[in-house]
Amino acid sequence: MTNWGGAYTLFKKEMWRFLKVSIQTILTPVVTVLLYLLVFSSVLSDRLEVYKGVDYVKFLIPGLVVMAMLQNAFANSSSSVFQSKMNRNIVFMLLSPLSNLEIYVSYVAACIVRGLMVGAGVWITSFFFETIWIHNLALVLVFGFLGCGILGALGLLGAVCSEKWDHIAAFQNFVILPLSFLSGVFFSIHTLPPFWEKVSYYNPFFYMVDGFRYGFLGVSDTDPIRSLIVASVFFLVVSIVGLLILKSGYKLRE
Amino acid sequence: MTPAVKVSGISKTYGSLAALDNIDFTIERGSFFGLLGPNGAGKSTLINIMSGLTNATSGDIEVMGHNVRSEWRKTRMTLGVVPQELAYDPFFTVREMLRLQSGYFGLGSSNHEWIEEILFHLDLDDKAKENIGNLSGGMKRRLLIAQALVHRPEVVVLDEPTAGVDVELRRSLWKYFRALNKKGQTIILTTHYLEEAETNCDRIGILNHGKLSAVDEKSRLLNQYPYRLLNLRLQEGSDKNIPEKLKEKIVSSENGDICFRLHKENDKIGDIMEELHNANVKFIDLHTKEPGLEEVFMALTGKEND
Repeated sequence: MTNWGGAYTLFKKEMWRFLKVSIQTILTPVVTVLLYLLVFSSVLSDRLEVYKGVDYVKFLIPGLVVMAMLQNAFANSSSSVFQSKMNRNIVFMLLSPLSNLEIYVSYVAACIVRGLMVGAGVWITSFFFETIWIHNLALVLVFGFLGCGILGALGLLGAVCSEKWDHIAAFQNFVILPLSFLSGVFFSIHTLPPFWEKVSYYNPFFYMVDGFRYGFLGVSDTDPIRSLIVASVFFLVVSIVGLLILKSGYKLRE
Repeated sequence: MTPAVKVSGISKTYGSLAALDNIDFTIERGSFFGLLGPNGAGKSTLINIMSGLTNATSGDIEVMGHNVRSEWRKTRMTLGVVPQELAYDPFFTVREMLRLQSGYFGLGSSNHEWIEEILFHLDLDDKAKENIGNLSGGMKRRLLIAQALVHRPEVVVLDEPTAGVDVELRRSLWKYFRALNKKGQTIILTTHYLEEAETNCDRIGILNHGKLSAVDEKSRLLNQYPYRLLNLRLQEGSDKNIPEKLKEKIVSSENGDICFRLHKENDKIGDIMEELHNANVKFIDLHTKEPGLEEVFMALTGKEND
C-alpha cells in the first residue's frame, strides 16, 4: 500500500510555499548571483583564460548557476522543515499516512524544482554578461538534479536534527558554504597548490560543480563520468542516511 | 465487534522515568471517552503513541482493529487528532490548508465538498480565504478541529480542545462534538475541565503518574465514590458549637459556609442534623451535593486532601 497521491500533495505544498514568497526564494538569489558576476566579470574577465578558449566569465557562469542551485535547494528544505518544527505544524504531516520515503521524495523533489528554477533564472539573466549555450543538456539536467537532490536532502536532515535556527545557520555557514565555495565555482582546481588540489578531490561538491560545468562548456577539471559516479554515490549515501534518520523518528517522533 | 481502541500493556520510559507503566484498556466504538489525569500523568504520551507521534517502549495499541505500528497507514486513516497547541502553517489560507491536509490522506477534489461542509459546521466558511495567521485564537482552534476531520476519521482524539476558548465557542464546540458522536464517531477527550468530561463522556479513564487509576462507565465511577457533601450556611457564632466528632468531617469552611463530607452508608444526614441541633448549631440554609467527577478524580489521584 502506498500513498503517492499524498506525497504529491506534500510536494505541491512545498512548491506552493516557495512560490508564494518567490521574491525571496527565486528573485533574490538570482540578483545576488548577478552581483557576483558583475564584480568578477568587471575585475577579472580580461586577465584569465581558464581553459583553452574559455575566458573567466564563461568559466564562472556555470559555476555560479550551480552554486545558486545548490544553496537554494538546501535553503528550501531546511527552512521549510525547521519552520514547521518550530511552529509545530509539522504534526499534521506526521499524523498523515505518508511513509518516510514519500516524505523524503516530496521534500527533495520540491528542492530540485526550486534549484532548477533559480538556476534557469541565473543562466538566462547571465546573458547580459555573456551568452553561453548548453553543450550537453542531459548532463546539465542530471548534475542539476543530483546536486539539488543532495543539497535538498542535506537541508532536510539538517532541519530534522537541529533544535535552534542557530544550528541550521551553523550547518549552512560552516559546512555547506565552505564546501560550495571551495568546489571550483570560482577557479579551476588545477590552479591550486598541489596539496589543495588533492584535497579538492575529496570534496563531493567539486564533482557536482565540475560535472555541471562540463555540461555547459564541454570542458572540465575531471572526467564527467567520474563526477557522475561520485555525485550519484553521494546522493545514494545521503538518501540512505536521511531515510534511516526519518525511520528512527529522531527529533520528530519522540 | 472490534473495539475502537485497544491499549495492551503500553509502557513508555524516558531514561529512568516511566511515563506510562503497563497500561491496558479498551474504548468501545461510538463511545465518548474521557482520558483524565493531572499534568504529567501520561495522557499526551498515550495519545502520541496512539497517533504514531511517539514510539512505545513496549506494548501495542490497535485503532479500529489496526496495529499502530504494523498497520500505521490504516491506523492514521481511521484516526483524527486535534492537537493541544495552536499549530498552523502561516503560508496558507484556511481552505488551502484543509485541501492540503485532505491531500496528505490521498483524497482528491472529490473530498472538497466534505471540506466545505466542515467549514460550514465550524463557522469557518466566511474565513475560508483568510490567511491562517490572521485568525483569532478561537478560529485557529476550530481550524485544528477541521483539519482533524478532513479524512472522515472513525476515531477523533481531542487533546484539550477547549483550552483558552471563550464560553460561547466552548458551548458550540461541545455541541458539534456531541453531534459527531451521535453520528457514530468515537471521541476520545483529554481535558482539565472535569465538568466538561462529566457532562459529555460516557466512559472515563484516569491516569496518574503513568498508571491507570481507574477506567469505567462514568455512572459506575461516580457511584464508587462513597461520600456525599452537606453544605450548611451557619448563623453567626454557631460554628464554635460544632461537636469535635463532626469537625473531623469538615472539608471546607469559609465565612460561615461549612461543607461536611459524609459517608453515604455510615453517616445518616438525619443523625448529623440531630447532633447539630443538640449542640445548638443554628443554620440559615442547607443543601446536599452528590459527588461529581472532580471528587472522584481528586480521590483517585490522591489530591483529595491538598
